[in-house]
Amino acid sequence: MEKTWNNRAWFLVLPVLVLVAFSAVIPLMTVVNYSVQDTFGNNVFFWAGTEWFEELLASDRFWEAMVRNLIFSFIILAIEVPLGIFIALNMPKKGWGVPVCLVLMALPLLIPWNVVGTIWQVFGRNDIGLLGYYVNKLGINYNYVQNPIDAWVTVIIMDVWHWTSLVVLLCYAGLVSIPDAFYQAAKIDGASRWAVFRFIQLPKMQRVLLIAVLLRFMDSFMIYTEPFVVTGGGPGNSTTFLSIDLVKTALGQFDLGPAAAMSLVYFLIILLLSWVFYTVMTNYDAER
Amino acid sequence: MARIDVNHIRHSYLPNPKKDSDFALKEVHHTFEDGGAYALLGPSGCGKTTLLNIISGLLHPSHGQLLFNGKDVTNLSTQERNIAQVFQFPVIYDTMTVYDNLAFPLRNRRVPEADVDRKVRETLDMIDLASLAKKKARGLTADQKQKISLGRGLVRSDVNAILFDEPLTVIDPHMKWVLRSQLKQLHRRFAYTMVYVTHDQTEALTFADRVVVMYDGEIVQIGTPAELFERPRHTFVGYFIGSPGMNVLPVALEGRTAKLGSQRIELPGTPKAEAGPVELGIRPEYVRLGREGMAVSVSKVEDVGRHKVVRANLEGKEIAAVIGEDDEVPAEPKVRFEPAGINIYADSWRVEMGA
Repeated sequence: MEKTWNNRAWFLVLPVLVLVAFSAVIPLMTVVNYSVQDTFGNNVFFWAGTEWFEELLASDRFWEAMVRNLIFSFIILAIEVPLGIFIALNMPKKGWGVPVCLVLMALPLLIPWNVVGTIWQVFGRNDIGLLGYYVNKLGINYNYVQNPIDAWVTVIIMDVWHWTSLVVLLCYAGLVSIPDAFYQAAKIDGASRWAVFRFIQLPKMQRVLLIAVLLRFMDSFMIYTEPFVVTGGGPGNSTTFLSIDLVKTALGQFDLGPAAAMSLVYFLIILLLSWVFYTVMTNYDAER
Repeated sequence: MARIDVNHIRHSYLPNPKKDSDFALKEVHHTFEDGGAYALLGPSGCGKTTLLNIISGLLHPSHGQLLFNGKDVTNLSTQERNIAQVFQFPVIYDTMTVYDNLAFPLRNRRVPEADVDRKVRETLDMIDLASLAKKKARGLTADQKQKISLGRGLVRSDVNAILFDEPLTVIDPHMKWVLRSQLKQLHRRFAYTMVYVTHDQTEALTFADRVVVMYDGEIVQIGTPAELFERPRHTFVGYFIGSPGMNVLPVALEGRTAKLGSQRIELPGTPKAEAGPVELGIRPEYVRLGREGMAVSVSKVEDVGRHKVVRANLEGKEIAAVIGEDDEVPAEPKVRFEPAGINIYADSWRVEMGA
C-alpha cells in the first residue's frame, strides 16, 4: 500500500509550537543572547563569547552564594524533616483534633511569601518586634540587621516556620494510610515503639519523605522572597543566596551579560536536580 | 497451647451502654478446648471479630472474664497473652526479608540468635517458604505474604492460640483451598488451638471440628458441620448455612401434623411446643420433587453444576428444592418432605420432637 505523505499536517502542531516559542524558547534565547554579548544600552551589542561564563565560574562571589545556599538548604532539611516526622507522628489520627491540626498546619503554607517575610521582619525587630524585643530583654543580644549569625538564625527559623507544615502534611498522609492491622500485628509480635517506627511507619512514609526532601531542597535552593524582605541579603552579603545575587547583578548593577550567564548556569543546575528527582522517583516506582 | 474460657463476656463500643442493642457482643459464654480447631461463623457485624479481638487482647471486654488454662488474662496486654493472630490483609514488614520477618517476634523477645535461627528454619519448612528465605517480603504474592503472617505466629513455640481473622479474603480461589488444607495439616501435626473467623460457610465447615455460629452479638449454635446442617438450632443457622438455605414455612401445629394452608404434613414426632403458630424448617436437599405429595408451581430452575435448584411456590410460599443434575421437572410437579429433614421452630428456636 502506498503511504500518503502530507506535510500540511504540520500545521496542526503549529499552535503548540507558537505557544511554547513565546512562553519559553524566545525568552530563554534572549537570555542566551545576553549571556554571550556585552551591551551598554541603546541596543548596541558587542560579542563577548564565553567571557561572562568564565568570569562567573571564576568569581568568588558566585561560589560564595552557592555555598551559602547549599548550607542553608542543608540546615533547613536537617531541621524540617525530623521535626516534620515528629509532629506528624504525634498528630491525632481521629476525633475533633484532626481538622484543628490540619488547619493549623496548613496556615503557614497559605500565607503569601512576601507577607511571611514581612511578618518575620517585624517580628524580629528589636525596637517594636515581639520576638526581637523580648529576646533582647532576656539579655541575649539579638539583632538581625547587624549580626550575620542572628540574620541566619532568623531566616532559618522563618523557613522552618513556613515550610515544616509541608513535611508534616505529607508524612501525615503516609501515616494515616497504614491499616490498623499493622499496629495490631506489631503488638502481637511484641515490637517496641522504635521498631514500629522503623519497620512500619518509616517504610510507609519513605515515598512521601522522598518527595518532601526533594521539594524542600529545590524550593530552598531557589529561595528569594522571604530572606530578601527580611534581610535584603545582608548584613553585608551574609544572607545573599543565589537568586538574591542574581537579582542584584541584573537589576541592581544592571550587568545584563553576567546576569544572563548566571541565569543559565542556575537554570542548568535546577534542570539537573529536576532530572535527578524524576529519575529517583521513577526508579523507585519501578522497584515497587 | 491453651484452653480458652470465655466467661460471660459482653462488649460494647459505647462508653455507657444501656440497652441490649448497645452491645456488639451480647453475652458469650463458651470454652475453646485445648487443641481444638474452631470456626466463628456469621454475617458481617455479628460480633465475631469483636470476640476474636477480645481473645487476642486488642480489645478489653466491658464485662466478663477471659481465662487461658484457668488463669485470668482479662486485663493482660496482647504481648503478655502470648497469642498469634493472622489478619484479613497480609501484614508483613515490607523492608525485611522473609527470614527477618519470621525472626522479628523472636528478636523482639530477646531470644538468643542461635535459637532464632533454628526456630525460623523450622517454621520456614512448615509453611513451605524455605526457598524464599532471602527474598524481600514486599515482592511476594498475597498467599505467600499471608503465610508469612501465619509463620510469625508459628515461630513462637509457646503461643497459647492462633487466631485467624478472615485470613483468606484476598487470596485467589485456587490458593484458598491449598492454604486451608495446609492449615489443617499444621493443626493435625501440632495440635494448635485455632480460632478462625469467617463469613464463608465452606471455609468454616472444611476448616473446623466445631463451628460456632454467631448472629447479632450472640452465639446461636455450636456444633460439628453435620449438626449445623441437619439440626439448625435457630432459623438463622438454617438460612445461613447451606446453599440455598433452609426453607422456613409458617405452619400451625396439631399434634403430629403441621398445617400449611390446605396441606397437612406428617411430622416424625410430636413437637414439644404449644399448639399454634410455629415454623417448619426443611432443607432443599430433603424436599423431594416428583409426582406425589403437595402440588407446587415451579417458577425457576437454576443449574448450578453438580445439581439443579428448583424454585417453586407451595401454598403461596417460596420454597427451594434440590434435584439431580439429570433429573427433569415433571409436568404436574408435586413435593414431599423427607421426615428426617423436618425441624420445627417456635419463636425462631428449634423445639425437640417427642415420639
